[in-house]
Amino acid sequence: MAVQLQFRDLTLCYDRHPAVHHLTGDVASGALLAVVGPNGAGKSTLFRGLVGILKPLSGLISLGGLHTRDIAYLPQSADIDRSFPLSVFDFVASGLWRQIGFCGGIGKKERAMIAQALAAVGLTGFENRGIGTLSGGQMQRLLFARVLLQDAKLIVLDEPFNAIDAKTSADLLALTKRWHAEGRTVLAALHDIELVRAQFPETLLLAREPVAWGATADVLTAEHLEEARRMCEAFDDDAAACVAPSVRSQAA
Amino acid sequence: MIVQALIAPFTEFEFMRRALAAVIALSLAGAPIGVFLMLRRMSLVGDAMAHAILPGAAIGFLLSGLNLFAMTTGGLIAGFAVAILAGLVARSTGLKEDASLATFYLASLAVGVTIVSVKGTNIDLLHVLFGNILAMDDPTLLMIATNATITLLVLAVIYRPLVIESVDPVFLRTVSSAGAPSHLVFLALVVINLVNGFQALGTLLAVGLMILPAGIARFWSRDVTGMICIAVASAILSGYAGLVLSFQTRIPSGPAIILVAAGLYVGSVLFGSTGGLVRQLIPGRHLQA
Repeated sequence: MAVQLQFRDLTLCYDRHPAVHHLTGDVASGALLAVVGPNGAGKSTLFRGLVGILKPLSGLISLGGLHTRDIAYLPQSADIDRSFPLSVFDFVASGLWRQIGFCGGIGKKERAMIAQALAAVGLTGFENRGIGTLSGGQMQRLLFARVLLQDAKLIVLDEPFNAIDAKTSADLLALTKRWHAEGRTVLAALHDIELVRAQFPETLLLAREPVAWGATADVLTAEHLEEARRMCEAFDDDAAACVAPSVRSQAA
Repeated sequence: MIVQALIAPFTEFEFMRRALAAVIALSLAGAPIGVFLMLRRMSLVGDAMAHAILPGAAIGFLLSGLNLFAMTTGGLIAGFAVAILAGLVARSTGLKEDASLATFYLASLAVGVTIVSVKGTNIDLLHVLFGNILAMDDPTLLMIATNATITLLVLAVIYRPLVIESVDPVFLRTVSSAGAPSHLVFLALVVINLVNGFQALGTLLAVGLMILPAGIARFWSRDVTGMICIAVASAILSGYAGLVLSFQTRIPSGPAIILVAAGLYVGSVLFGSTGGLVRQLIPGRHLQA
């Protein structure tokens, strides 16, 4: 299988303190990869590095020919100003940016695409509502609709099922599986271990450094999870500069 | 009789017609800018920028007297320098835009005052401070109209990135690099419109014809397009009514225009259809779903 993403000895830092440390591994094209780890393990940081918001301090990320703009990215707590007077329709339409850009029109075809996307997440009939009037779960559905319209080869979802009810997360998970079935590469940071076991074929267990990476059943063992818990959360203000080479890599 | 009072000033006096034309041009361009300033929580940024322009205009005045072109150029340079430097510092260091702008406009103000006092000239800056919309000559009018046209055209181009960036900046960043440039262009438009306004209303009140209509519009509409239309309409109405008021009484024109806008604002706060106080007191029966 072709490789979509490559991490090579990747280190991402905040103020020189590493949040992702010496990560090496490949993501195959069309993979459905869960990124799991305790809070502070570097999941969001890894995604921020992926979409180019955070520059790697060392090592590199290769997107396999994709531009960062070709990634559909759903951040964990989307920094959305919901008091802005924008309708659901207009908000979702921004997912078409790559096609319509600054001045492109939204014609019949685009309207149909937007209607389809809204229908896919169960928000038909909400077109003219303001984004400020939506509930948390509806907002998450809306964000998924926008990802849908972005029609991206690589989709990065940062804790997409947090704080939403079972019905909504089931719907959105189905959508995620659909993207996988369509051959897109999907990365999702998740906390629900059971969900990952049931739905995600491949898992990266991250605790700042990669603990294990491979088939989900091999990664999510009791001892790996215990190890991840121990490794996290150490933050030393006076840490010395790191010289250690990468020791771990992805299981083949 | 009343009709006479409302129309006669403009049919009889050319300077009133010119003033009306100027205020309409200012409203068409300034009000949409004001709406975005408000929605981007930058209402006070307009105020700060107005201060930043003042020294530039003073320097222009100092170098070539009461020359419109020199003062405008000076104002534009000072305004752009402050806006762009503040924007760049905010975007590259993570310092909040308001803090960054505050430092730069204060420095700009200090530089302006220093230059003026070192030169030791006793300049009459009253015209710059409070403007005179009743003294519009052809070049001034032409410049105001040109700037307004440019503003509307440029705003149309950066409209989408501006809206998306206001709502979800991270998203825009991941799909396009238009965010930072359109923000800077927007700041430039703010400066252009402030400079535009100071001929008519003076540096201190120019921002009034941008922000007050935006505030009014917030109480009557729930979407950006509607807000922009209402803001423009209320700005033109304020301009017209302010001119009539100033003509019939002894109130100076600039303050008269802003006072009418302020009156409309108070009315909107009380009776506005979205979020007005009276409307909140009498919400009507709740709906079925």
